[in-house]
Order: sequence, then C-alpha cells, then structure tokens
Amino acid sequence: MRNLLQDSIERLLADAVTPDLLRAAEAGVWSADLWAEIEALGLPLAAVPEDLGGTGASWTDIFVVIRACGSAAAPVPLPEAILANSLLATAGLKPPESGPTVFATGSADAPLADIPWGRHARWLALHDASAGRIALHSLSGAQITADFNVAGEPRDIITLASGSLVFDAATSMAADHVMLAAAMLRSAQMAGALGRLTELSADYANERVQFGRPIGKFQAVQQQLAVLATHTASAVAASEAAFLMARPGAHFLTAASAKAVSGEAAGKGAGIAHAVFGAIGFTHEHSLHFLTRRLWAWRAEYGSDALWAERLGQTIAAAGDDGLWPLVTGAFAEAPTHG
Amino acid sequence: MNLFDQFGPPVLPSDIEPLRTRVRAFLADWSPTCPPEKRALSWMGFDADFSRSLGAMGWLGLSIPKQYGGHDASPFERFVVSEELLAAGAPVTAHWIADRQSAPLILRHGTEAQKQRYLPPICAGEMYFCIGMSEPASGSDLASVRTKADRQPDGSWLLNGRKVWTTNADRCHAMIALVRTDPASERHAGLSQIIVDLTLPGVMVRPIKDLSGHEHFNEVTFDNVRLDADALIGVEGDGWAQATSELAFERSGPERFLSAMTLFSCLVGAIGPTPDARQAMEIGRLAAWLISLRSMSVSLTAQLAAGQDPVWGASCVKDLGTGYEQDTVEVAVRLIDSLPPGEQKTTTRKVLAITQSMAPSFSLRGGTREILRGILARGLGVR
Repeated sequence: MRNLLQDSIERLLADAVTPDLLRAAEAGVWSADLWAEIEALGLPLAAVPEDLGGTGASWTDIFVVIRACGSAAAPVPLPEAILANSLLATAGLKPPESGPTVFATGSADAPLADIPWGRHARWLALHDASAGRIALHSLSGAQITADFNVAGEPRDIITLASGSLVFDAATSMAADHVMLAAAMLRSAQMAGALGRLTELSADYANERVQFGRPIGKFQAVQQQLAVLATHTASAVAASEAAFLMARPGAHFLTAASAKAVSGEAAGKGAGIAHAVFGAIGFTHEHSLHFLTRRLWAWRAEYGSDALWAERLGQTIAAAGDDGLWPLVTGAFAEAPTHG
Repeated sequence: MNLFDQFGPPVLPSDIEPLRTRVRAFLADWSPTCPPEKRALSWMGFDADFSRSLGAMGWLGLSIPKQYGGHDASPFERFVVSEELLAAGAPVTAHWIADRQSAPLILRHGTEAQKQRYLPPICAGEMYFCIGMSEPASGSDLASVRTKADRQPDGSWLLNGRKVWTTNADRCHAMIALVRTDPASERHAGLSQIIVDLTLPGVMVRPIKDLSGHEHFNEVTFDNVRLDADALIGVEGDGWAQATSELAFERSGPERFLSAMTLFSCLVGAIGPTPDARQAMEIGRLAAWLISLRSMSVSLTAQLAAGQDPVWGASCVKDLGTGYEQDTVEVAVRLIDSLPPGEQKTTTRKVLAITQSMAPSFSLRGGTREILRGILARGLGVR
C-alpha cells in the first residue's frame, strides 16, 4: 500500500506542481485540476475506513503522501482533507465524497481563525471539544476574511453561515487531539520539503563554480550540506514515529517530538539551503522560496518547536527521573493494528 | 531522495518487551549499589564483575551463534539490552568493544580456531578487547598508519610501532589492530587486521590521563612483538575494508546518544514535578531529540536485521546523537542555577562536572564530527 501510494502521489505532483502553478496559487488561483486528479485517486479519503467510503490506509502508509505534499509544495489542502475526513470517520460520520474538506477546532458560533485553504474549501470538519461534538459544516455562504501564512498559503478567518450544519455526532476526543494530529502533518510536510531542499542544494553545490571549482568541493559547503541532511533525517525519523503512533490517546509524545524536532530542523535547513544558493536563491524568480517559506510557515503552525518542547517538558517533569526512561521507550513501544 | 528511506517506521518486534522487562529488573537490583557519579561515566565505566554477570544472564554475544557461546538473537534484542544498560548508566566498558565489534568481526572474518578461542570467553564477559586504530601521526587520517607486522619465514609476525588513544588497552586482554603488512604499500592498500595478545613480551601499555584526570585511553608500543601465524584475522591486505564494514553497527547504536543520560535524568529529578516554563522547554527539547534519535536508531536496527548496511544513516545518528549529548551538558549548565537547593542539586552538579569533562570526546571517538560530515556529504553526491 505504502509503495503504491508513494508512486501515485509523487508522479502526480511531479507532473502537476510547476513553478507557474505555485505562482498562480499564490496569486489566488485555485488549483482545480490538480485537486480533481487527487480526488480521482481517492487520496482525501485515504484514512477513512472502507465502510465509510474511504480506502482504510494506515497512517504509516499515509505518511508518504503527506511527505510528498511537502516535498512538492503542493498548493492544495490534501493533508488537511485527509485529517478532516478521518476526524469525521472517527465519530462514525461519512465524509463527503467531494471536497475539499478542511478542519478546525472551536465553536461554530464564533469566527474561526487560521483555516487552511478555507476560501477554496467546500466543507469544514469542526471539533468542538467543550461540547463534545464533531460536526460537518457546509462552507457555502460562510463569511470569509482572506489571510495568509508567510508562504502565501491561504489561512482564512471563517464565520459559518446560519444553517451550515450538515450533521454531527458525539465524541470523546481529547481537546488537543486535532492540534497534535495537525502538528504531525506539518512535521511530515517539513520532512518532505527538507528532503527536496537537500537534493536541490547538493545538485546546486555540484554545478555552481566559484574560485575555479564547484562550491561542493569546499569542505565548508560540504559540512553545511551534511548538517542539512542530518536534520532532514531527524525530521523524517521523528515524523515516521508520530505516524506510527497516530491514534487518539497514544500520539502525544511522538507527535510533539516530531513537531519540535522538525521545526528546529526546518529553521536550520532553510538557512543552510539559502547559504548554499547565495543571492540567486533569495530572488522571487528562483523557486527555492516555495520550499523555504513553507518551512518557516509550517514550523510556526499548530505549535512551534518551543511550544511542544515546553509541553513535553511538563510531562517529563511530572514523570520524574524514574519515569523519564520508561516514558521515552514507551513513546513508540507498540505498533498499532490500524491507523 | 532514497538515502532518507533508511529511516522507515521505527517498529520494534512486539515480542521484545519481556526481554526489556528482565533487563530492567536486573538493573533495578543493581542500581542502588552504584552512585550517580559512577553512572555518569556511562560506557566508560569499568566493572569486570558486572560484565561477567551480564554474560551469566545471557546478554552478551547476543548476535553470536550458540555454538560459540552466543545466543543467535536478532539485532533488536541487542539494541534493547544495550539501550537499557546505557540508560541506567551501567558500567559496560569492560566488555563493550568486544561485544559490539570484536566478536562480530571474528565471527565474520576469523578462522574456526579463532572463533573457538575468542568467542566463548567474550560471550561470558570474561575476555575484553580494544581497537588499535589511531597512531601518533594517524588520527582522522587513518589510512596513514605505519605500525607494521612483518611476516617471518616461519609464518609468524614481527610487530613494531605505536598505537595511541586506545581505550581500555590497560585493562583488556587483546587488541585488534589495523597494521601495515605490506611494507611497500600506501594508503588503504596493504593494511591488515591482527589480534595482539596484550600480555606478550614487547607490548608496553602506558595510560594517558584525560583532561579530568581519568585514565581511559592509552599509548601502546610494540617493540619486536612476535605473534603466531594465526594472529592475522581475515584476509591479508583487506584490513581497511574489514575495519570499515562494521561501521553501521558502531555508529548507529544507542551509545551515540545515551552517553549523557545520567545527567539528563538527574536534571529532571532535581527540577521536580512542577518546572517553570524555561526548565520545561529545555528538558522537553532534549526529550524530543531523544525520542527522535531513538526512532532513527530503531529504524537502522531494522535495516541491520534485514541484512542491509545503512552506513550513511548510521553516520547521521552519530553526528546528531553526539551533538545531542553535548547539548545535554549545555542545557544543564543553563539550568543549574534554577534548581531548588538540596541533595539532588548537589548530585546534579557533580554529574554535570563529570559529563562536561567527557563531552568533547563524544564527537571525537569513533570518527570525528568533521570526518562524519565529509562521509555524509559524499553520500549526497557532493565531493
């Protein structure tokens, strides 16, 4: 399943996501064709069980899809839709066949901020923890204030229209579940973007000639590239652990660690890539910034590395010195039977 | 990028946990006998009785076949035993190199007689090995070694030269040394691995004090040391390839990120259950890296178990892991003033001093950070 998913998403995004598409998306154009192809592959419903209309893939398999979205800087809310649909399915609700469906937490009565791709979405999966409910809302008629993250991706403020509720169900899902799951998605996207950055930076270091030889011949550059690569590896490994444990009640340690480590790696990695590319990589014309600006944005979303580090620290302190090691080894002790 | 596929889902076999429970119970009995200041030495702590007791428990030579005293176990079992010992700060240095490196090398390249002779006492925790790599003029540039073993007409070897920074040479029974067996050779060619009985006439071991006053490493001089013909291990002239073929085992393991675990643990204890925001952020960040490094190491163990040789990924673990260990010292230095006064603060301060004094070696031993990063860059196709 994993290899199959990886092949199909990577092939699709490699063909479709061009610098022109990214520029158009940033100018406000919705990548409708790309989204239609993604839906045709059934990807938004990947984490939804088959009896609710999905493919029932495990999160371990889905990791490669999310990573590919990050690697390609795909200008569509596929990670968000996969999570939104899985939230609905967790409460026994059948997700809409055609989206995009995105997600939020909070009350349907108040404006909802930072909604990814809100203006292009058709549906919103809303977890209201204080009411103990998960609901599907229609976004038609919703009042939308356009906002953006540092990468120019839509992060809108949405006030739902009256009568937007399609259906809902009771849930005992913890208040921080959605934020943890979203942090996990961003970790995997950062892992993907860092992987691509490593590739591009190594290639450029082999091509760009200064002082009569490719800059990759210089140990100063080699050492920097190695640091970029190790941090990419840490983001990949941390995210894999989070996806392995992606189920309610089990994923705090790995998801929080993944976001903290990937966030740190994103900051360091983007800096190194810009150092390797020099001035040309700082131009708007060059496509490096499609990756580095997203790394900055994703690092900040759903909790920065500092926020998750602090929460982890509170958990560890409560466990005490005797509890520290069992907690670390328990973070991904058992493989889930199903995501 | 395929290189990163070395880090797949970190799945430990589900039947491994009973072993972990047994090791933990054993360590819980032992731990009160060993103060934190000793546990802080991590895998530089020497205790032959402890090593023998591990041998008796069946936790040494796990990957070695039963016929040689081992246990035919998987790399996962070795991983779990290793990480539990290291996390507890157990004094494992006596057997560490023999168990991790020498035994697998002898199993892979040794003659039947060598296997019969060395493997059973290694698995029993009774025979200790050191590795003779660096020389006074050969540090990171290992291919420049000049210690030479000359083949004599009767097939025996005459060994001359000097090894340096050899950890535990003063307390080991034998050394596996990388030496030049072809006097006309240069660089990587003409090197071989030989087993040197350190009690032989002509072997002189001189401990070298490190900056903290500890004597872990040594200078070992060979003055016309006569070795039997079967001192050669593996193929004459293949020493370089043999020595570098086990690097994934050496560099991917938990000893590359657990050397400062006693300090981390003391720090958490001294901070107490209600940290302030700064304390929480600092120790939480360390935990995030620890969990992630462990994920990397488990992924690579799965690769090793599948017969792969993830040497690039192993270099990632060692570079990041040793940096993390050194970071633990940084965090402790920043937080020490914030700890509430009391016995735990006093202990943490002592453990910090010990770990801080060892920390520079974390990114020197087993291949320096700069050498590793060169290897990593080459793996990326740069160079």
